[in-house]
Amino acid sequence: MKKFLAVALVVMMVLSFAACSAKEDPKKKSKGVMTYAEYDAAAIDTEVVVETYVQAKQSWWENKATIYTQDGDGAYFIYELPISEEDFKKLEPGTKIKVTGYKSEWSGEVEITDAKFEIEKGTWIAPATDVTALLGTDELVKKQNMFVEFKGLTIAPSKDADGNEVPFLYKWDGSGQEGDDVYFNVSYNGNTFQFLVESYLCGKDTDVYKAAQNLKVGDTVDMTGFLYWYEGVNPHITSITVK
Amino acid sequence: MRKAFSLFLVLIFVLALAGCHGSKGSEPFVMPEEQDLDKKIEISFWAKNDTNKTQTRIYEKAISDFEALYPNIKVNLRLYTDYGRIYNDVITNIATKTTPNVCITYPDHIATYLTGANVVVPLDDIMTDERYGLGGSALRFDSPRKDEIVQKFLNECSFEGHYYALPYMRSTECLYINKTYVEKMGYEIPDIVTWDFVWEVSEKALEKGEDGLYKVNGQNIMIPFIYKSTDNMMIQMIKQKESGYSTEDGQIEIFNDTTKELLYTVSEHARTGAFSTFKISSYPGNFLNAGQCIFAVDSTAGATWIGTHAPNSDISPDKFREFETEVRLIPQFDPSDPKMISQGPSVCIFNKDDDQEVLASWLFMQFLLTNEVQTAYAETEGYIPVTLKAQESPEYREYIEAAGTDDALHYDVKIKASNLLRENTDRTFVTPVFNGSASLRDAAGQMIENVTKSERRKEKVDEAYMEKLFKDVNSLYRLDQRNTAKMGEKSELGKLPEGSVILITALIAIWVLLIAYFVYDRVKNRNGNG
Repeated sequence: MKKFLAVALVVMMVLSFAACSAKEDPKKKSKGVMTYAEYDAAAIDTEVVVETYVQAKQSWWENKATIYTQDGDGAYFIYELPISEEDFKKLEPGTKIKVTGYKSEWSGEVEITDAKFEIEKGTWIAPATDVTALLGTDELVKKQNMFVEFKGLTIAPSKDADGNEVPFLYKWDGSGQEGDDVYFNVSYNGNTFQFLVESYLCGKDTDVYKAAQNLKVGDTVDMTGFLYWYEGVNPHITSITVK
Repeated sequence: MRKAFSLFLVLIFVLALAGCHGSKGSEPFVMPEEQDLDKKIEISFWAKNDTNKTQTRIYEKAISDFEALYPNIKVNLRLYTDYGRIYNDVITNIATKTTPNVCITYPDHIATYLTGANVVVPLDDIMTDERYGLGGSALRFDSPRKDEIVQKFLNECSFEGHYYALPYMRSTECLYINKTYVEKMGYEIPDIVTWDFVWEVSEKALEKGEDGLYKVNGQNIMIPFIYKSTDNMMIQMIKQKESGYSTEDGQIEIFNDTTKELLYTVSEHARTGAFSTFKISSYPGNFLNAGQCIFAVDSTAGATWIGTHAPNSDISPDKFREFETEVRLIPQFDPSDPKMISQGPSVCIFNKDDDQEVLASWLFMQFLLTNEVQTAYAETEGYIPVTLKAQESPEYREYIEAAGTDDALHYDVKIKASNLLRENTDRTFVTPVFNGSASLRDAAGQMIENVTKSERRKEKVDEAYMEKLFKDVNSLYRLDQRNTAKMGEKSELGKLPEGSVILITALIAIWVLLIAYFVYDRVKNRNGNG
């Protein structure tokens, strides 16, 4: 009896390990769900159904939340998803969700609006995709909303309301104060781009917010973030490493 | 034991009553006979800026100038990015009696603040106080007299029979037009533009050439008519049609056949792609400046973002198109009787236990209406000063006359927009203010957003759709609960504050204990007697 019990335990343990090591396939879709390619091809204002994984979320506000999600092929920005605060807490990074909504576009940002969601089994965190070389090219938009990284960018000066050169601004024109979005310019290959730390995503107590406040013109930095779009590339940065 | 228990109950009861007394709020404010200039007073000022550093500086300068006049008063500025956040924070702070002293806000919001007793200070008496009132003799600055405030704007701050705010800045909406494209299509812009004109030209602008591009701009993007605030769009159309919106005391009238007709018209043009909204597509100014829009309705306070040479822009320089910008009143149904909304921030003060603190708040509030603050702030955008004193000041006249001399302070589109409001102030209106009027505003815009989205999504917009839309919007904004509740009755303040919950629970517990003790005593006596 003792031996039988020991064998049973070992078998169970092996099976458990096998189950644990079964890799989540972030490209695999359930029946009736679009692949990323199908989503990408869908026209604006049509209904879309996607399975995707939460990567980050902006703060919950008036029963709505804005979520950065991604699957194995591309990313989906879920704008103002109706959600209770209780459910919002359940959407930890990695959580798999099925989202049904409408594909929309606002100032170049493609997003899913008027959506509803359900949590599914599975978890996956997207690795950062290096898009540094795509900066300034037409290829970059194809990575829109993905978790990306930029390497070796240089902090370029921004101009405040007095025309002074500064390393960063609170709000796009410097009219804000600590706690607002932090905007800063980066240069790469002779082109300058405006990036930001979005305060609803990464508030003033986060490491990235503090790192942005400590930037200096000329710093060389590596960064990760989500490839948001507003009248052009406008990444929401989530980490900054000064080299 | 019995005595101790009785004493314990009495003690809890007294404490509970004391709690009740404390929850009543502050006593109504009465103007002190004399300002105590030796007493150190700190007041908080919550304000909103339009992502405009100059506006922030004007607030900061106003504070420092005021503090120089009254060295015993310190003003702490807290800036917000939108009025909704100010509103939510004030509501939260009413429960904890930590409201700001002075607050830039909208009358719609003040109506909700009034659900608490003595929360907002009524201004009727203090405005006319001989020493500290508007233009008062004991003031250390040149405050406007009551009759120097534009009467129409002051009236907007009066509801439930009292003044609860002073106007701070005023703007309206206007129609920004790509005149170059309108004329290219063979039209001439009338002095007063009608809705029919806008719809007709917008449909014409959708014509495409053989190359698949829009004829008028040679691009593959064209949304001829974009409205920024659909709340205002619906409200103004209803007013122009003289149809029902709400009564003065908050009876909801918006769900009627005229509203339905208006929505059908909007849906017809959303279907063809001639019309869209800010919420659906983005800022009208971005499209207009890129030559992808013909008619953009936005606030006069957004004028610095509009036009080929706009000093502010979100789009890259290479996307701009060269065109002539025309500014007109918003589209009208009856050009002989134009109507447009009056909007813009007002300022209110919150009551406190210390009357010197409230007096300091009142003085600072008045200071915001002095010429220097008024003209400086109005010049940042297409606002106008709310006092005739400032509007007629030489500095302001000089500013107006210099329109178009540069693309910064004297940017012509901005000054044209301001002039449009100054010259048409008598044609402006506001909607009734009551507890819940902010929700009604949201509902008005939501209906336009919904039909526009539905048309874009190829949904059927018919009678059944309209009936469902009315029902859904009515319920979503809890307007169906409005008609039975008047000001002060609707619980738009959310759930009960923790203190109140504890108090009510304590009272219930006391009554349960009292009853339990009474029953226990009766049973014990009966058993003893038996």
